[in-house]
Amino acid sequence: MASMMASRIRQKRIAQLISHGKRLDGRELTSYREIQIESGIIERAEGSARVRLGKTEVLVGTKIEVGEPFPDTPNEGVLTVNAELVPLASPTFEPGPPDENSIELARIVDRGIRESKAIALEELCVEPGKRVFVVFVDVYVLNHDGNLIDASALAALAALLNTKMFNYEIEKGEIKIKPGYKPLPMRNYPTAVTFAKINDKFVVDPGLEEEQVMDARLTITLEKDGKICAIQKGGYGYFTADHVLETSKIALQKAEELRKLVVKE
Amino acid sequence: MSQKKPEKMIDENDIRLDGRKLNEMRPVKIEVGVLGNADGSAYLEQGKNKILAAVYGPKEVHPKHLSLPDRAVLRCRYHMAPFSVEERKSPAPSRREMELSKVIREALEPSIFTEYYPRTAIDLFIEVLQADGGTRCAGMTVASLALADAGIPMRDLVGACAAGKVEGRLVLDLTDLEDKGGEADMPLAYMPNANAVTLLQMDGLLTIEEFEQVVNLALNGCKQVCQIQKEALKAKYITVKEAEAEKEEKEEKEETEED
Amino acid sequence: MPVFFERRQLVTPGDLLAENEYMTGENTYKENGKIYATRVGLVNYEGKKVHVVALKSFYIPMVGDTVIGKVVEVTLGGWVIDIRAPYLAMLRASDALERPFRPQKDDLTALFDVGDLVIAKIVAYDRTHDPLLTVLEHELGKITRGQIVEITPTKIPRVIGKQGSMINMLKKETGCHIIIGQNGRILISGKSPEDERFAVMAIRKIEQEAHMAGLTDRVTEMIRKEKGVKEGTEHVSKETGKND
Repeated sequence: MASMMASRIRQKRIAQLISHGKRLDGRELTSYREIQIESGIIERAEGSARVRLGKTEVLVGTKIEVGEPFPDTPNEGVLTVNAELVPLASPTFEPGPPDENSIELARIVDRGIRESKAIALEELCVEPGKRVFVVFVDVYVLNHDGNLIDASALAALAALLNTKMFNYEIEKGEIKIKPGYKPLPMRNYPTAVTFAKINDKFVVDPGLEEEQVMDARLTITLEKDGKICAIQKGGYGYFTADHVLETSKIALQKAEELRKLVVKE
Repeated sequence: MSQKKPEKMIDENDIRLDGRKLNEMRPVKIEVGVLGNADGSAYLEQGKNKILAAVYGPKEVHPKHLSLPDRAVLRCRYHMAPFSVEERKSPAPSRREMELSKVIREALEPSIFTEYYPRTAIDLFIEVLQADGGTRCAGMTVASLALADAGIPMRDLVGACAAGKVEGRLVLDLTDLEDKGGEADMPLAYMPNANAVTLLQMDGLLTIEEFEQVVNLALNGCKQVCQIQKEALKAKYITVKEAEAEKEEKEEKEETEED
Repeated sequence: MPVFFERRQLVTPGDLLAENEYMTGENTYKENGKIYATRVGLVNYEGKKVHVVALKSFYIPMVGDTVIGKVVEVTLGGWVIDIRAPYLAMLRASDALERPFRPQKDDLTALFDVGDLVIAKIVAYDRTHDPLLTVLEHELGKITRGQIVEITPTKIPRVIGKQGSMINMLKKETGCHIIIGQNGRILISGKSPEDERFAVMAIRKIEQEAHMAGLTDRVTEMIRKEKGVKEGTEHVSKETGKND
């Protein structure tokens, strides 16, 4: 963490600005940085998308394989989300097995997709109880400039919407691939909105320096009908209950804005 | 041996499978100072949950580069015993345990005066011996007591409780069955003096209005937990005090009898 | 009156003890004008100051304290000493040898080796450094005989007593040499293991009943009773012609 630490003066400046309703980069407290989304850039993957949120860059690739279902859902496909904080993304990321940060990131993105039932998993059954399609969502963080969660969730959603499955039919118990593709059946479009609390104020989409100064962060994921499907508080500080309820109302609006960037009506 | 999912988890009178009302917590039993070697420890039972917490520290950090120059570093390990759940769980730390270890640590740290002990570590271990839903909340509750038992100076105790939605109704303190079969589960940890929510997670589906109600339900649960925590801490010492007071009374009585 | 507890009531961390014009004492903190307890203990109000006598706490080094420590490592220039605190303490060769330290010629293990117990004084300690010790004063140095009793550091003042009343009584009644380490370790060195045993029993009793009144008298009584019993049995053995 040492090499990315903002100097004390910088930290003070950020906190000061925010208490006056302004941010270092001139943004409003509830504005996102510029967002760029590009889909289908990795042809070998069944689906892919790259999101640039300010300077934060996340690439998500999806792969589909055949596997065994979970015992308690024998007729449903399986979703697996993994995240990697690739060492080249930040001087603070070390190579090695997933640490608590990458695990937390993966699980937050997973929760959003799973709880909103975004993927129609029941349409991914090949042979009930025996073979189903497994959807692998791999989050690859390429540059860390704050708010990896929202960027990853958005990229995951875009990648899933970009995912194509091959057509197939079962012949003598074997899966035979037929020409053509069909899109991965999606029913919902969850997006995550993350807040950072700095000196009793919240900012949406914290940049890296803001994350270094914040007391705590709160991520609220909402699905297309405005229901909350996942929440995660992080960081060493805290929110009051009023803070929590306030931010949820702001999140409702921001989640919809993000959704519109990915889901073309 | 697996549990069969029952037809309904809440009947038409809003009574749950274990006889509880919607906003009723499972009874909690706590004992403080149960382990001989740890600097602080506590044991909790809540419904079928059986959880043990222990604290070592503050002590020197090894390796040194993990220490912080201006405060103690809190290290937390939330772990479930292989026999704690229906289907044996591998002893290796799972991704869930790693995530929970992180959020629990972040939930308890605001309550500790870590700045009093720079360059040291406080190690906190939470072992779930038997699990039945809400283990991270029960784990934080008992861990907070273990920290107090270790004599580590704290701003406040941290009490935790989950609330959620099961079969369309908003409920407090979900069991494992209710969590798996319900619509939403929301664990919350609370520090009363600062009115601080130090842990908040949710998975499931809730409208914003329902969310507000569930948060308030969970806060109520947490406030009850905080009371129970205080009683448990005092209970350890009050029995000593009571025994002494009784002895004093007895001695005084004997003295007057001799006269 | 903005106090919320009675004197000597048991409080827990986060309990609101007082408000506004009160001042914080040990084991309390102030936030937004309110004073809270930081540890489990007995609250006390002395004038406008609130403090909590913690029932359990660990030793925090203070410059000037006499401590009893155990050598855990011998290094190039001194020793690392465990003083039962969150920090290990250092004893430099220059604070242990009367003459200048000659690294090639002096073997530090000859003076103190791993496992040795020492009585030392804390000469320096702050937030950025581990405590520094010295043994170059009267009554400091390696412990060669006797036994160590460990009690929780908060009870040490009780073992000393008001103006030394308790410890002086202990020394007199048991005939033992007693040195108190502020870090919760007490050295007892008597003419016989029996005498030392009385002292250990007495200290354990003080630890248990520290919060009760009339302790000095009760401990004196206990020691005399134990000694009387012993002398009684010796008397009996002499009569039967058996010698211990």
